[in-house]
Amino acid sequence: MKTLLSYLKRYRKEAILGPLFKLLEASFELLIPLVVANIIDVGIAGADEGIIIRDALLMAALGLIGMLFSITAQYFSAKAAVGLAATLRHELFDHIQSLSYSKAQTVGTSTLLTRITSDINQVQTGLNLALRLLLRSPFIVFGAMIMAFTVNVRAALIFVVTIPILAAVIFGLMKITTPLYKKVQGKLDGLLNMTRQNLTGVRVIRAFNNEDKELSDFESGNEELTRMQQHVGRISALMNPLTYAIVNLATAALIYYGALRVDVGELRQGQVVALVNYMSQILVELIKFANLIVTISKAMASADRIQDVLLMKAGMDIQPESERTGNACLEFDHVSLTYPNAGDESLSDISFSVGHGETLGIIGGTGSGKSSVVNLIPRFFDTTGGIVRVDGVDVQSYAPESLRKKIGIVPQKAVLFKGTIRSNLLMADPDADEAAMCEALRIAQAEEFVRGKKGELDAEVAQEGRNFSGGQRQRLTIARALTRKPEILILDDSASALDYMTDAKLRHAIREADPNMTVVIVSQRTASVRFADQILVLDDGHAVGLGKHDELMESCPVYREIYDSQFKKENDGKEAGSEEEQ
Amino acid sequence: MKKNSKAAPGTFLKVVKRIRSHWLLLVVSILCAAANVFLTLYIPVVNGRAIDHIIGKGQVDLAAVLDTLKVVCVCAGLAAAAQWVMNICNNRMTFEIVRDLRNDAMRKIEILPLSYLDSHPHGDIVSRVIADVDQFADGLLMGFTQLFSGILTILGTLGVMFSVNWQIALLVVFITPLSLFVASFIARHTFDMFKLQSETRGEQTAFMEEMIGNSEVVRAFSYEKKSLEQFDEINERVKKYSLRATFYSSLTNPGTRFVNNLVYAAVALAGALSALRGRLSVGQLTAFLSYANQYTKPFNEISGVITEFQNALACAGRIFELIEADPQIPEPENAVELDEVSGSVDVDHVRFSYVPEQKLIENFTINVKPGQRVAIVGPTGCGKTTIINLLMRFYDVDDGAIRVMGHDIRDVTRKSLRANYGMVLQETWLKNGTIRENLCMGKPDASEEEMIAAAKAAHAHSFIRRLPQGYDTVITESGGGLSQGQKQLLCIARVMLCLPPMLILDEATSSIDTRTEILIQNAFVRMMKGRTSFIVAHRLSTIRNADIILVMRDGHIVEQGNHEQLLAKNGFYAEIYNAQFTE
Repeated sequence: MKTLLSYLKRYRKEAILGPLFKLLEASFELLIPLVVANIIDVGIAGADEGIIIRDALLMAALGLIGMLFSITAQYFSAKAAVGLAATLRHELFDHIQSLSYSKAQTVGTSTLLTRITSDINQVQTGLNLALRLLLRSPFIVFGAMIMAFTVNVRAALIFVVTIPILAAVIFGLMKITTPLYKKVQGKLDGLLNMTRQNLTGVRVIRAFNNEDKELSDFESGNEELTRMQQHVGRISALMNPLTYAIVNLATAALIYYGALRVDVGELRQGQVVALVNYMSQILVELIKFANLIVTISKAMASADRIQDVLLMKAGMDIQPESERTGNACLEFDHVSLTYPNAGDESLSDISFSVGHGETLGIIGGTGSGKSSVVNLIPRFFDTTGGIVRVDGVDVQSYAPESLRKKIGIVPQKAVLFKGTIRSNLLMADPDADEAAMCEALRIAQAEEFVRGKKGELDAEVAQEGRNFSGGQRQRLTIARALTRKPEILILDDSASALDYMTDAKLRHAIREADPNMTVVIVSQRTASVRFADQILVLDDGHAVGLGKHDELMESCPVYREIYDSQFKKENDGKEAGSEEEQ
Repeated sequence: MKKNSKAAPGTFLKVVKRIRSHWLLLVVSILCAAANVFLTLYIPVVNGRAIDHIIGKGQVDLAAVLDTLKVVCVCAGLAAAAQWVMNICNNRMTFEIVRDLRNDAMRKIEILPLSYLDSHPHGDIVSRVIADVDQFADGLLMGFTQLFSGILTILGTLGVMFSVNWQIALLVVFITPLSLFVASFIARHTFDMFKLQSETRGEQTAFMEEMIGNSEVVRAFSYEKKSLEQFDEINERVKKYSLRATFYSSLTNPGTRFVNNLVYAAVALAGALSALRGRLSVGQLTAFLSYANQYTKPFNEISGVITEFQNALACAGRIFELIEADPQIPEPENAVELDEVSGSVDVDHVRFSYVPEQKLIENFTINVKPGQRVAIVGPTGCGKTTIINLLMRFYDVDDGAIRVMGHDIRDVTRKSLRANYGMVLQETWLKNGTIRENLCMGKPDASEEEMIAAAKAAHAHSFIRRLPQGYDTVITESGGGLSQGQKQLLCIARVMLCLPPMLILDEATSSIDTRTEILIQNAFVRMMKGRTSFIVAHRLSTIRNADIILVMRDGHIVEQGNHEQLLAKNGFYAEIYNAQFTE
């Protein structure tokens, strides 16, 4: 809560003015009974029509002023609540983006999404109501109690007993329901997850005729949520009836006590009526307050959940500037990596060094650590041993942005963003001109199909690039990386959806495009890496080979095995022939 | 009410229809509300009677006071009980209605055509099913809780007032519609804002889903700032609409309260003047004032309910939009159950495109005999994945027909058609759940041995065994801790388990290292024996074993034949084939 409230500071003025105007309005409300009393005691008793008319007009005027104050209060409250929600959304989104990659992965997209949507909406509603009513209700409750004291101190003691009992009931129920509401929200999270899953996996679900199973899973999750909601609902539904009963019992006690006092001449009938009126004023406020509490406890549960995310440590530490070591463009110095919560090392003692303009190929089996090597270069993860250097400087000493500026990465999963082809390319370099973009498209073998699209560079791209085929997406993501003219281009198995011909053309074009660009190609295909200056062969996180194709064919059994599996085994004369042509 | 929801009268009726199916709860709720209102109105009367017994010093009838107070206590207890029961009924109604809405939405999602799902942002659909439904529940619950007791309170107090003094009661009746007028005036204007707010929030959710879901790309390009800027732009709009919606809707309360205060002042004036002329006692005036207060309070509440309900209706509208979206074309009455499929597939002059203005597949014809292997090759984006969409009937052809065993697949049940295909897609998708659940997707009743055998055949067994909980390891969102290749192995094992007579393999092995791939291909060869298979592949070794190779370019089949024939032709296929070795 504390962190969240600190964001409210920006709206301090609104957050103070809102309740303040509300209190002013409430004060006017407390005045009305006095005016009515005046009408009865002075106007009617003294048969003075003038006073009656004057007082009635006064009441209307008080109502008008009350309305103006109230509207002002509503405006400030709404502004503070909506403003806080917007600020929170901004902060949360910013924070989520700054979370380390591994952290964001563990939490999961859908959880983060509910936090930033429905949780923040709850907080907005809760704060808006709280600013308007949270102070007002106690103000009237205690105001009424003080008024009771002015009438009769001993009778007022009944108020002193009643109010704590009411408070105990309200806060007790709140204490029970808050964690339950948290659970409800958790269940809702689960449903959200399932809904998303049914959308992303629709093809597989339908292919396996799993619609009914998915539906019944959803229904049982939904049923559980409903049960949970009803359970909390039943408990918080006690609030109004309980407070109502207590107040009425207190009223009965007041009347009985009043009767005793009146009998001995200590109180007058009118004063008893006044006391009863104050008690009922308390009741009216409490009903509002109880409703408010339900909303607020929901909002608090949501606030906690938002806070959880905000408290996650963001980003990575940046090491002080380190000595420049060597001239290599990219160097791994005895690097090992163990993922959080994983037992074994995913990379062990990897060392290599790539000069400017050289090409490094990385090949190896599934789970051999190819992607891990690649993820260490833009510092998506931190090494657990050894140092990764780019341009001779430890990647941990770079500001993440300046490090990543040097690198153009084409991730395994080819993702584009909603917008246009142009807007996607500009992601990599906002200053790229038309010519640079066309050049990037040309190298990425994407020029032809982009030209074929309506609007060409301005052709629309749907969310995640769904309106493009897998291969088209891959080429566009390559073009995106090329647009920024990176020092290091990383292709993380990013030609997998391309046929051999396009793949080969692509590699040619990249090689020719910029002789100074260092290229890292991760692939399953020996054909994609065989012409690299160096090939790193990975097996189960260990480097089992490093060298040129011919050397590795001689010295590295794993590499030879991979190569053979692709070519030699089924070689017929024709293929052997074409190989000799090389 | 109805007038206020003018913008969405259809939605309102649909909501009413859904409430109607819970009529029993509704009746109980209304009865409890009536009992509650009656008792709450009755208690002041009894209290008043008690006070009448306390006239002054020495003039107190203590026994009578006690008797009446006993009645008060019983009434208060009953009123509280009635209210609790009413609350429980309302809770149940609301949450059951909402549960049914969610289920309906999900049921619809399962039968929506893929063209709908592919063209609507997932975040927006999710936001409808989750956030909008939630908001609707809030509004509905508030409506149930406050609407009936509000209306009944108004009627009850009106009755009492008329019985005391009909002239002043008439005065009250004439002034109060003002408050309804104010409320409905405001509500009409807020509805649009609530709708805008809802829509903009949906847009924001879709944006966030894209950015958060693909954070690795965002990070790689240091795009965080830019995406935050875009986010802020939408956020500003959300803020603007939200402020307007919230503020406008919160005008209702002060507005109606002002009208109520006017009523109160008018009653005080008229009452006091009548009292002066001896037509009303002071006691009656006091009662009148307190009733006038009780009478107007519900107007406040009801107007509050109306605003909340506006919002709820806007949300409900979005939910109904989803629930009522056109489902996929229903199966004909006499749809054939495909069984005993040997696997002959005829594609007959098929024309298809996703968008009419962009032609994709044209005049596509092949005849595949049972057990034949069809490899689909060609440059990326030539329409290979589209063929899968058509074979599986994810999309319907625009012209021509696809026949399995001589049956047009549009005359066959989707279930039996798809059950006869085993599919491994280019994009690996695993559901949240255990490995076991994922493997058994196609055959829920598979035995442990069958499952392990399938996993072994797909070379997934050894890595699964090494996972913390083995086959019961829970896979998190989009595969979580598994590598791309491992996910693919699971997808293959999933198909291995049910082994349908026809296979669709979409670049299935693209992320698997070649050593494993060889093993898998051997398994595939075994699996494909006697099965008709369609393989979208780039591996020439896979292609070479095919009976028919379809060479595609721009949606057309440019060449057709086996490896040797096509090489001899020295055409497009030969070009692609040779490209592997040109550097």
